[in-house]
Amino acid sequence: MSRAETRLVPPEKPTTYYGRPIVKPPVWKPEIPFYFFFGGLAGASSVLAAAATFAGRRGLARRAWAGAFVGVTASPVLLIKDLGKPSRFLNMLRVVKVTSPMSLGAWLLAANGASTSYAAALNLLAPRRRGGAHEIAAAALGAPLATYTASLITNSAIPAWSEARWEMPFVFASSATASAAGAALLTVPDDEAEPARALAISAVVFEEAATAVMHKRLGPLADAYKQGAAGRFGHASRALSAAGAAALAAGRGRRDLSAAGGALLLAGAVCKRWSVFKAGFNSAEDPTQTVRIQRDRIARDGSGA
Amino acid sequence: MSFYVVDTPTWPSTYGEEAKPRVGFFTDTSVCIGCKACEVACKEWNQVPSENLGFRGTSYDNSGELGADRWRHVAFIEQRLPVGVEEAAPDSWVQEAAKQSLLEEGLETHRDGDGLRWLMSSDVCKHCTQAGCLDACPTGSIFRTEFGTVVVQEDICNGCGYCVVACPFGVLDQREEDGRVWKCTLCYDRLKEDMEPACAQACPTDSIQFGDLAELRRRAERRVALLRERGREEARLYGSSDDDGVGGFGAFFLLLDEPETYRLPPDPVVPTRHAPKAWAAGLAAAGAMLAGIGAAFLGGRR
Repeated sequence: MSRAETRLVPPEKPTTYYGRPIVKPPVWKPEIPFYFFFGGLAGASSVLAAAATFAGRRGLARRAWAGAFVGVTASPVLLIKDLGKPSRFLNMLRVVKVTSPMSLGAWLLAANGASTSYAAALNLLAPRRRGGAHEIAAAALGAPLATYTASLITNSAIPAWSEARWEMPFVFASSATASAAGAALLTVPDDEAEPARALAISAVVFEEAATAVMHKRLGPLADAYKQGAAGRFGHASRALSAAGAAALAAGRGRRDLSAAGGALLLAGAVCKRWSVFKAGFNSAEDPTQTVRIQRDRIARDGSGA
Repeated sequence: MSFYVVDTPTWPSTYGEEAKPRVGFFTDTSVCIGCKACEVACKEWNQVPSENLGFRGTSYDNSGELGADRWRHVAFIEQRLPVGVEEAAPDSWVQEAAKQSLLEEGLETHRDGDGLRWLMSSDVCKHCTQAGCLDACPTGSIFRTEFGTVVVQEDICNGCGYCVVACPFGVLDQREEDGRVWKCTLCYDRLKEDMEPACAQACPTDSIQFGDLAELRRRAERRVALLRERGREEARLYGSSDDDGVGGFGAFFLLLDEPETYRLPPDPVVPTRHAPKAWAAGLAAAGAMLAGIGAAFLGGRR
């Protein structure tokens, strides 16, 4: 049932203090949406690489390990650069704090960075390697690396993020999977491309479906994803991903089309994270979103959590 | 550097015998005159940097809201109330009614003239029982003191900015010059010397009252009962109950209108309460990714 159907109070314009925001917009810089992208690329590439290693598809495995390595190398650089005090980045590792998705995420990134780099080195240096414990570790840590950033932003006071807590990780997971497959398809030879191609196309379809469900369940809060830069990035992401999937579908046996499709998917995944990122600003800056969900909650449940 | 695994530090259990009684603020907005002495005293005592103020055109409020460089903020609300009976009545009735109300209720400075009402309220960090900022902080910089208050340790904060979006009240913000996050400390330094916080000491009408939280809550109950007895049905307490979405405020309010009128969220909930769902969804999506990618290789195995 959508939020609109369960609304108990009339959708009148909520009272605000001179239209000023109640919650603060993020102070995060452009590094963060790019980190969401690279972290997703790293995580999903680790899984893809491990699967390809176990399946004996060495050409695909080698490219996916390279993609994972690029992701885990770029990620910490972006995260550290975004800090207000970059020189203090190690403070992130002075505690393991179970209530903080960012704390657990920092440890996850550190652990995945180590395991993926090691597994990538093994596979790139010894291409005939069969899968083992190192690949399993990289994949097991890679999958949550691609989704925890979604859990992190939904664990916030920003309505359009927090109310999307059930769908956002699936949007991130599918977008990350599309980007990992897309990165591999940039260079993988045609005889090994098939699993990546099928994966990329289904990830795009799944991403579109997950995004649609998210917007529907958000109800009026989904406006945050449709306005301004968030809306433009959202449209761009859909167009790029759809074009990429079409190119891949048409590109069997054509190296150039496959590479172009992969590149379009990567661009679509970047735009998707930017759309979600910018939606958080839209939502925070609109106090009626904050008031409306809380008034709806009071009308529905009485009060409290 | 100590290394430890922590859940959210709690008062008083984290401190054992060193725990002090929980202190806080009761901000009674019914007697706030909007003088902003609290804003000034806070800035002076805590050496909070000045800001480049503009003219916002929002009544007498040009400072906007709480932030890294504003730990007390006085809101001004001008409301034109429906006063139909006075508009419809002959002058003498109005004068008679005004005289009658003066005799019965005393002088109400905020309801003078033609139905214009002024609401003023000094906002501050709520020092929540379950604080979103404290839960979110990945460095342990934000901690709970022996007084039950919530403080940012500035020598540890690395400016990650997660607390900024984790606060349901929009209290914390990053200071651009130094990249760290700053907020009200409830004058932690003064508390340690048995002094009351600067804003409460400076408040000329005792709108800001500092003290033992349990005692403040009792005082607030009496105050709201008195106001209602005098016909101020709109008086209500905000943040005085442990049952709310943040487990009760350390700094709570007596308001004369809905919270959102004052830029306060009507039903704030600490994000951490939904964390299990956020993690469940994250892990489910990770599992789906493993399954989906694995499935792409089934059947194609050499």
